[in-house]
Amino acid sequence: MSESSNLTDIARRNFLARAGAAAGAAAIAPGVFLSAPASAKPVGEAVTSKNRWGILVDTNKCASGCNDCVTACENENGWGRNDEPESNAQQKAHWIRTVDIKNKATGFTRTLPMMCQHCETPPCVDVCPTGASFRRADGIVLVDKHICIGCRYCMMACPYKARSFVHEDLHEQKPWAPRGKGTVESCTMCVQRVDNDKVPACVEACSAENHNALIFGDLYDENSEISKALKTHDNVEIRADLGLNTGVRYRGI
Amino acid sequence: MSHFSPASRLFVLVLSLLLLLPLAATADSDEEGETEALPFSDLSFPEPARHFSAEQKCVAPDEEMRKNHMKYILHQRDETMHEGIRTRQYSLEECVNCHAVKNDEGDYIPVNAPDQFCYSCHSYAAVNIDCFQCHATKPVRPSMLQTLSSSDAHPESEMLGGDIKQLLASEGPAQ
Repeated sequence: MSESSNLTDIARRNFLARAGAAAGAAAIAPGVFLSAPASAKPVGEAVTSKNRWGILVDTNKCASGCNDCVTACENENGWGRNDEPESNAQQKAHWIRTVDIKNKATGFTRTLPMMCQHCETPPCVDVCPTGASFRRADGIVLVDKHICIGCRYCMMACPYKARSFVHEDLHEQKPWAPRGKGTVESCTMCVQRVDNDKVPACVEACSAENHNALIFGDLYDENSEISKALKTHDNVEIRADLGLNTGVRYRGI
Repeated sequence: MSHFSPASRLFVLVLSLLLLLPLAATADSDEEGETEALPFSDLSFPEPARHFSAEQKCVAPDEEMRKNHMKYILHQRDETMHEGIRTRQYSLEECVNCHAVKNDEGDYIPVNAPDQFCYSCHSYAAVNIDCFQCHATKPVRPSMLQTLSSSDAHPESEMLGGDIKQLLASEGPAQ
């Protein structure tokens, strides 16, 4: 249901983009999209495809060994507290993790945070047999744990190894981030914060520590900080060859 | 007319008596039911920490909540999960915020613990609650419903309260 409406949105947007270009009236899109800034969504209104949330990671500013974004995510969403004592490191939750990469030919190294890339056409949504894995109208990819049956197809389909499975009974979850045994979970882009006009916990922590490696914002708002940065600086999608149009972009790799 | 044997006449008589018996019994119990206690009325569970408003104890009238609380929660669940609608009145977190009570040491008791609000009725009715395998069972942050129902809202919460109030006014009953 949500999948088909999302695909409709994407098709409509592509059509509008083409129509706008054809008419040479690029001003239409900004005029429409910018009339309502992101912070204007009243609490009782549904999210719309007028926004698309994204994160730009500047790996030039990511220090090796820094784990601030991961810690912030753990504290916000209540995972990683060793609440699954029987599980091994590969089985435990990893909503966000730091990855060290190295070019073997040159020895060039980088550290970057890896999490759900919030694809426009997410493979996890394609393979989900129940519709639990879905993409919200504003581009955030989520698991509806109420209808997740724990089959883990999405974990297999995700090219980024972004999802993890809860193997054990959990206690003391956060009210804003329910999680439980038998369901798959991943980065929610702190949807509970985004809906209340706040930035994700990882972005907030990165700025608070003065690293400023993460920029969060609306990819469709051309005046947003992230859109300006994407326009002025070179940046890449990881596994761009898959054509997923990710919401998380990287600089410096 | 005489081709029915006495035995078969007796059989028909007994059969019709048997058929009528439940009707009579139902009529009897209906009359008595008015004086009998309602189901669940012998259950005891902790009183919620506070009332929704001076006029109304819970977020909807008691009779409505007893019968349909799960529909409110289900409706809110889908709206929040898929559409990002985070109104507070029918959110499960606010259920817990009011219905979880503290023990003598001042610590919150999980709302689904035996003898607590959720469990007492659900065990009586033999209906499993799945909510709390994932959802928090104790209050973690202050209720935002207080700002809704209290007339002397804090200045900083006035905007939020007004926003939600306006929203609630436009919200129909849960489907």
